[in-house]
Amino acid sequence: MRICIVGCGAVGSLFAANLAQLDDVEVWAYDTSREHVDAINANGLRLSGAGEVVGRLRATTDAEALPPCDFGIVATKAMHTESAIGATAHAFAGGCVATVQNGLGNEEALAAHVERVIRGTTFPAGKILEPGHVQWDVKGDTTMGPYSDAAPFAEVERLAAACTRGGMPTHAVQDARGPQWRKVIFNASTNPIGALTGLTHGRVCERPTSVRYVSRLVDEGKAVAAAQGIVLDADPEELIDHAAKPEVAYGHKASMLQDVEARRTTEVDYLNGGIVRFGREHGVPTPLNEAIWALVKGVEESWQP
Amino acid sequence: MLTRREDHARALNEQGLRVTGRADFTASVTASADPSGLPEPELVVVACKGSDLDALTERLAGHFAEATLMTVQNGLGAEEVAGAHGAWPLLSAVTFMSGTRHGDTQVEYVLDTETWIGPYRGTTPADAHAVADLIVSSGLKAAAFDDLRPAQWSKLIFNATVNAVAALTGLAHDFHFAEVERAGDLGLLVRGLMEEGKTVAAAAGVELWEDPWEMNVLATQRGHRHSPSMLEDVKAHRPTEIESITGSLVREAAKHGVPAPLHTALYALVKAKEASYS
Repeated sequence: MRICIVGCGAVGSLFAANLAQLDDVEVWAYDTSREHVDAINANGLRLSGAGEVVGRLRATTDAEALPPCDFGIVATKAMHTESAIGATAHAFAGGCVATVQNGLGNEEALAAHVERVIRGTTFPAGKILEPGHVQWDVKGDTTMGPYSDAAPFAEVERLAAACTRGGMPTHAVQDARGPQWRKVIFNASTNPIGALTGLTHGRVCERPTSVRYVSRLVDEGKAVAAAQGIVLDADPEELIDHAAKPEVAYGHKASMLQDVEARRTTEVDYLNGGIVRFGREHGVPTPLNEAIWALVKGVEESWQP
Repeated sequence: MLTRREDHARALNEQGLRVTGRADFTASVTASADPSGLPEPELVVVACKGSDLDALTERLAGHFAEATLMTVQNGLGAEEVAGAHGAWPLLSAVTFMSGTRHGDTQVEYVLDTETWIGPYRGTTPADAHAVADLIVSSGLKAAAFDDLRPAQWSKLIFNATVNAVAALTGLAHDFHFAEVERAGDLGLLVRGLMEEGKTVAAAAGVELWEDPWEMNVLATQRGHRHSPSMLEDVKAHRPTEIESITGSLVREAAKHGVPAPLHTALYALVKAKEASYS
């Protein structure tokens, strides 16, 4: 089978390099970074850290060069979904496209360009060390399920099985919204607090006034999920408590805090903004998520000259 | 001028106080770091930060027996804090003026807006008018009120909102604060915070002097991108006035049993931001 990773950043690289270990899978990667693509084609894609892997695959910055694929795995930042799928959709005319991105709304954006869309949520994380070389920070599971009836469940299972065999444990489920919303609510309730205050996850959680605010954000997210009939696969509050432990992620700077420190556009539109949007559609008020959304967007605006 | 540091007082006595910006002159002043080193005043303007007010007025205890004290701190309750340290007659004031200190003997006059004055304890509206007239005759802007609370609360709601939003976003008080076009626009949050503040004022029995949202829209239309003091404080990693500004509003909300989830959230965020300095 042929799989194309669309957006070969840290998470995309974890899928690409691991899948490239399989004899029966031909892996392609589409990315806009010329240096990264050239390094992958010259030396392979190397992962270090939680696993040592070198994957041989074909990378390109030219979407036209992509052959027809059985599967796409989209791993761009959420604000690049539209342009990435717009450029690559032709390669998936006969295949399925899965998202393993953060936030809400990616499936809708994909479905505007391709017919068979797979909803996915992934926990592994890493960062790009240099072109062609990615640090694998955290291992973890991925969950996938059909976004609509158009994506056959057998195909979801086939992709999940390939990912699992390659070293990225992946579950195929009928309704993948539970894990997705659990992760979105977790991220939306903690990441922006770190981004706005400069505190690490653990330090946010040890302040009673901050943690009360985190809980209220979680409550709003849960209410929006419940209004859609989504059953969360775990309580985001438990994840938050777990992550605050010294041995887990006490000192972890949320990715949104890293974005703010580097003055990169954040994914707040797809986290808190997504919760607000789905809340409106289902008549659930989300004033605190709306507040945090406006504040982080204000931070981004403050970088304008 | 009563200063904290002796070298500050010495510099002022030797060089005078230079004012730049919207004015340009050097005033000769009498300064001391010790209240007993100053001639007996008739009016004392207490202009320190809210967080220093208690300690400062404690130093004034037993001094300035003939004087009326006027507090100009942000937030609520400055009169009570100052009044606890002596029997001085009290005037209550809020000021919209702003300036930037450029060293011990130089200040830049930035916003030439009004100071509002009202009677508080042992004073009459006539006293407030007399002080306002004095300030106006000196070249600054001032107005007297029979009851300052409506104006004080208008400013409190305005300040709690604009300062905390600026401190968290890094934005000066500019057009973003009045943008209400699309979901997620900052002006929607600003308006929500002001509506919440108005609910607290109503519960406290205060009829506002000006609508804080209109004050906000007008201020952003002036075209001058004012950098609120709380933004300057977080940039310099200094403690902010969140406790006396937003803290006052949140405590009033609790006292009168009205919810204030947005101000409570911003209070928590600014406190957490202060904690990140260390």
